[in-house]
Amino acid sequence: MGLPDILFYVFAFLTLLCGVLVIANPFSRNPVTSAMFLVLTIISMAGLFVLLHAFFLAAVQILVYAGAVMVLFLFVIMLLDLKEEERRKIKKFSLIGGLVSVGAVVTIFVKSILAAQPGANLSTPTLEGETAALGKLLFTQYLLPFEVVSVLLLVAMMGVILLSKKDLK
Amino acid sequence: MNVGLEHYLVVSALLFALGLLGVITRRNLLVMYMSLELMLNAANLALVSFSRFNNNLNGQILVFFIITVAAAEVSVGLALIVALYRKRQTAHVEDLTTMKL
Repeated sequence: MGLPDILFYVFAFLTLLCGVLVIANPFSRNPVTSAMFLVLTIISMAGLFVLLHAFFLAAVQILVYAGAVMVLFLFVIMLLDLKEEERRKIKKFSLIGGLVSVGAVVTIFVKSILAAQPGANLSTPTLEGETAALGKLLFTQYLLPFEVVSVLLLVAMMGVILLSKKDLK
Repeated sequence: MNVGLEHYLVVSALLFALGLLGVITRRNLLVMYMSLELMLNAANLALVSFSRFNNNLNGQILVFFIITVAAAEVSVGLALIVALYRKRQTAHVEDLTTMKL
């Protein structure tokens, strides 16, 4: 077992552990704690991206997700000034229903992955997700989606400005 | 045993399940939203690992677009939550029962 394999297990464990702490932290139910653990999840997932040789996406993941998106989350949490939420009883029905359905989903996923063996007869990967190759593809084959996404960002920006006006009509 | 495609897919499936569990059980709007982000990230991980092991760069392009759209979605969603909080002074889905029969 080489170093990348060990690093995979480390990063996968960190990702899942921090993911659990996002949704169910036994010590604190403050949304800020959840947000910080989501940042950790995203950073360890960027580590997994590096192990998959997707260097550009790892950088984007940290810059956009851990940087911009999570700052936005924290900003809104601070803005709403949520008090440490009182321990509302989690409804037994929703907890049991959630666990059962999620368990079913996990069983289906894992069993189908193990049955299908999608990586069984693939050649050794040689793909490098470096910025040059990705950028070339993005500005040739995917030029139209790229422009459409830029329009989408503009529309989202205008929508946010409209939504956060004082008197929402 | 060498780490292969299946390992990454299992991690992705577990992460997706965690996000789903968060959406179902937690009642705080912001935490539910963070769980949605977790599910999106799980899909991204699956796409990147498929892309790597099939030697096909298109999957990574798709992930790039997903990240962009997710950023736009987060900004709109959080603006909606802020607008809702201004009107109702709550961020709990249990208190938002206007449309309940």
